[in-house]
Amino acid sequence: MTATPSIAPVPTVRDRRTGRPPRRRAGGGASRRSNPVAMAIGAVVIVVVFLLPYVIMLSGSLRSQPDITHIPPTYFGPSVLFRNYLTMWSSSVDPVKGLIATVVISTFATLLVLVCATPAAYYTARFRFPGRLAFLLLVLVTQMLQPTVLAVGLFREMLQLGINDTWLAMILINAAFNLAFAVWIMQSFFAAVPKEIDEAATIDGAGKLQVLFRVSLPLVWPGIVTAVIFVFVASWNEYAASSVIMTSNDKQPLTVTLPRFIGLYNAEWQYIFGVSVVAVLPVVVLFAVIEKRLIGGLTAGAVK
Amino acid sequence: MATALHPPEVRRRGRGRALLAALPWLAPALVLIIGVVLYPAGYMIYTAFRKITKIGVETGAAGWSNFRTALTFPAVPIGKVFLNTFVWTVVVVVATVLLSLALAQFLDKTFRGRKLVRLAVVVPWAASVVMTSTVFYYGLNRDYGLINKALVDLGILSAPYGFTQNATSAFWVAVFVAVFVSLPFTTYTVLAGLQSVPGEVLEAAQVDGAGPAVRYLRVVLPILRPAIAVATLINIINVFNSLPILRVLTGSLPGYGADITTTLIFKYKTALGPGVSSALSVVNFLVVLVIIAIYLAVVRPTREV
Repeated sequence: MTATPSIAPVPTVRDRRTGRPPRRRAGGGASRRSNPVAMAIGAVVIVVVFLLPYVIMLSGSLRSQPDITHIPPTYFGPSVLFRNYLTMWSSSVDPVKGLIATVVISTFATLLVLVCATPAAYYTARFRFPGRLAFLLLVLVTQMLQPTVLAVGLFREMLQLGINDTWLAMILINAAFNLAFAVWIMQSFFAAVPKEIDEAATIDGAGKLQVLFRVSLPLVWPGIVTAVIFVFVASWNEYAASSVIMTSNDKQPLTVTLPRFIGLYNAEWQYIFGVSVVAVLPVVVLFAVIEKRLIGGLTAGAVK
Repeated sequence: MATALHPPEVRRRGRGRALLAALPWLAPALVLIIGVVLYPAGYMIYTAFRKITKIGVETGAAGWSNFRTALTFPAVPIGKVFLNTFVWTVVVVVATVLLSLALAQFLDKTFRGRKLVRLAVVVPWAASVVMTSTVFYYGLNRDYGLINKALVDLGILSAPYGFTQNATSAFWVAVFVAVFVSLPFTTYTVLAGLQSVPGEVLEAAQVDGAGPAVRYLRVVLPILRPAIAVATLINIINVFNSLPILRVLTGSLPGYGADITTTLIFKYKTALGPGVSSALSVVNFLVVLVIIAIYLAVVRPTREV
């Protein structure tokens, strides 16, 4: 089976209903004008289903401890406690250190990815050289690997390097496992810039680095923004490797510290949810910004 | 370059020079990949064949004994874990792909508020899986969970049920959550595939009298095949490697009734040390490599770069 779309022969059906003009196509793909009421109901159902857990998260974050664990439960609490968002920082959930760890790890992992992916993406998009395909294949295989399956090996390696239980270890791991996405997406953006622009700059005496920084980078910024946001969000949400490598409670990122509180008999759900809202909301907004370009980087050119 | 005109040694020198010129540009990425992906993979395989105490002291070669322990540890019903792994991966991926086909078909139509609906679908993709699973864990609490209450109020349940209190129901809740968080990526991949369905072909089919079902099965689906292949294979790897959903929803339960091989690796790590957990990781790693090989063979993503 090949990835090249093969258009199936148009089926010929015997009992033709002729005389009926083909309906006007309204949008892309297989769309036709459908019953607007049915469409509206469908749209509402989808929005409700996909947002429901996060609505529970948000509404739970505004309730009091006795209210959120009240038996039997109620859908709406007696009051809306916005002050939870102030008190949660000094609550038993203690989110400050976890949040700092998450911010530091994600930021530096993203910077490291930019430093490593940009030259590789630029060079593989612009120049043919022996080993180019092998390099891209290696990147592609890395993209399909995840820290989860190598977590024990990563743990042993970081122990050997003496950086187990440090943010540096998680910065390296998040950068390494998200590098592939960045290389692919940036590569496709660099490749889309006409070569003549580079050549003109070269004739004017610019070196390869100058061409990259002065000419190409300003043209491919949507690709860079996509890569930055994707790597940042993926690092922000990373759980498996962090859970084995970050052993000290006070250095762990939020994804590892938060679940510790859910098994507790007297779980302060309102704070767990408040911190979750703070952690989820910004990355959802970032992700929404690059929504359209995600597929290209994740499926590495297999789906256009 | 007219390389064919040069004698072989000159060509080889030219190739060597081209590679040398490329190296500084690739070096940072290569160092990261070799140092933090390939090296730990090799080190993990090495560890799987070493005797290592729980606190990490190496005491010699272990042969295959770590693998034997991983697969025959008395407390672990390994057959059940394998079955769980199979059911988990197949059910989640099949349900995700089927639902995504329907969802993408819907999102491909034009309607008021389509942009908003698409954004709603992205949310579970961006949100932390740990935190999404946590909401379900809370909502399904027998005593104060809101999802339990809603199920009773809707007449689906006669009384609140402790979904996360036994391995079987907790496992199926995890399956549900895994489908939920896998839908966005899969739907978007199918949507991207739908963009390549030529409108004229559909119209031609319609003029020829093909009904909606025939048009979908014989025109749209064949064109979607590559997108479905990509989404399926990437999902198999993601779902097979998924840790947080099962951990949050079933982690506090005693025993191994809701475990898959991935969660078992992490339980072995704490209970039996790095040797045995590396051995099971190597087994998982081999499965992942096979899926990657299938991906490369079927999808051939490098054909255009």
